[in-house]
Amino acid sequence: MPKVKVKRASTSIDMTAMCDVSFLLLTFFILTATARAPEPLPVDTPASVTQVKVPDTDLGLITVGGDGKVFFGVKDRHVRARMLELMSEKYAMPFTEQERGRFSLMETFGVPMGNLKQLIALDATAQTQPGLQPGIPVDSTDALSNELFHWIYSARVATKELHDVEMRVSIKGDADEKYPEIKKVMDVLQSQKVNKFSLITSLKNTVE
Amino acid sequence: MAELNQDSGGGKKGGKIRSKKAGGRVDLTAMVDLAFLLITFFMLTTSINKPNAMDVALPDKNEENPEDRLEVADTRTMTLLLGSNNKIEWYLGEYSSPIEGPEVVDYGKDGIRSVLLQKLKEIPQRAGGDLIVVIRPSDRSTHRNLVDILDEMNIVQAPIYMIGTISEAEIEVLERDGLYNE
Repeated sequence: MPKVKVKRASTSIDMTAMCDVSFLLLTFFILTATARAPEPLPVDTPASVTQVKVPDTDLGLITVGGDGKVFFGVKDRHVRARMLELMSEKYAMPFTEQERGRFSLMETFGVPMGNLKQLIALDATAQTQPGLQPGIPVDSTDALSNELFHWIYSARVATKELHDVEMRVSIKGDADEKYPEIKKVMDVLQSQKVNKFSLITSLKNTVE
Repeated sequence: MAELNQDSGGGKKGGKIRSKKAGGRVDLTAMVDLAFLLITFFMLTTSINKPNAMDVALPDKNEENPEDRLEVADTRTMTLLLGSNNKIEWYLGEYSSPIEGPEVVDYGKDGIRSVLLQKLKEIPQRAGGDLIVVIRPSDRSTHRNLVDILDEMNIVQAPIYMIGTISEAEIEVLERDGLYNE
């Protein structure tokens, strides 16, 4: 009598499908991950226990750091291009199509209107060199000398035109920045009746 | 390793003996390991990278008719003066005749938070209304101080708080207590 051999199925599993799925997910996450653009003005934000995340769209970001330097940026590149058009009308400073295209790729900037052409002409790595950009001029009037006022205003108009929503404003201040510098920016916002805005903070990891 | 069952079974019908080919299958376990590791990395970095936003609402400036202002009871108004050296000076009531204080405290759990929590409990019983907190940052306080105190308001869930402008007399108080240094 021959011995009956019990056939054993191999314990190993076919990994092909799993591999397919995992690489699909991997591709998805790599593509959705937004590459962090190098910042021309690095700031160390203060910590808080707030859990609300910064919105991704229709956001104007004012960065304050390095002894009162003010930088401004808008998230959407189409809004940026329209914002520059509005500003060039206001300051009677024409920009070429190419310059507008290059400007719309800049995440944030901090130069007076007069130096903007020079900044646009630089290449991307030179633009973000720390210490290169002196900041946007701010004062307490709403005349043309208060450039931040007009940048914010133009950005709001552009956002309203293109997306039909009110632009949200966030202030990203350095933790060691003195209060008057922040106050200056808040006053600019208040002078155009933006009474609601947000302060950007990092997460406090220890709950006291 | 990368297959479930070696015997595919179909060979008996045709009667032909097929020679098994070696190779053609690769062990994918290591590759899957790597892929999941990378997935985890990208998943975590995308959400952690995003900074948080703390909402602030300032009162309207109301430049058209400055007379139209709301009077609030000073018995339930607590003023916090943010000075230098990461210290706060607080008082209750009106500046010229404070009901309590002025007193210097630190930020954080043992400092301002315990005072706030105590007042939040006390004031509704004594003055019949919620506590109103007025934050007045001086020119020598930093952005971190402002964020810290607003954060503290969120933690103790203060119902009414606002950011105001500091007056000359209050700066003098800070100077007297040595909280107005560079």
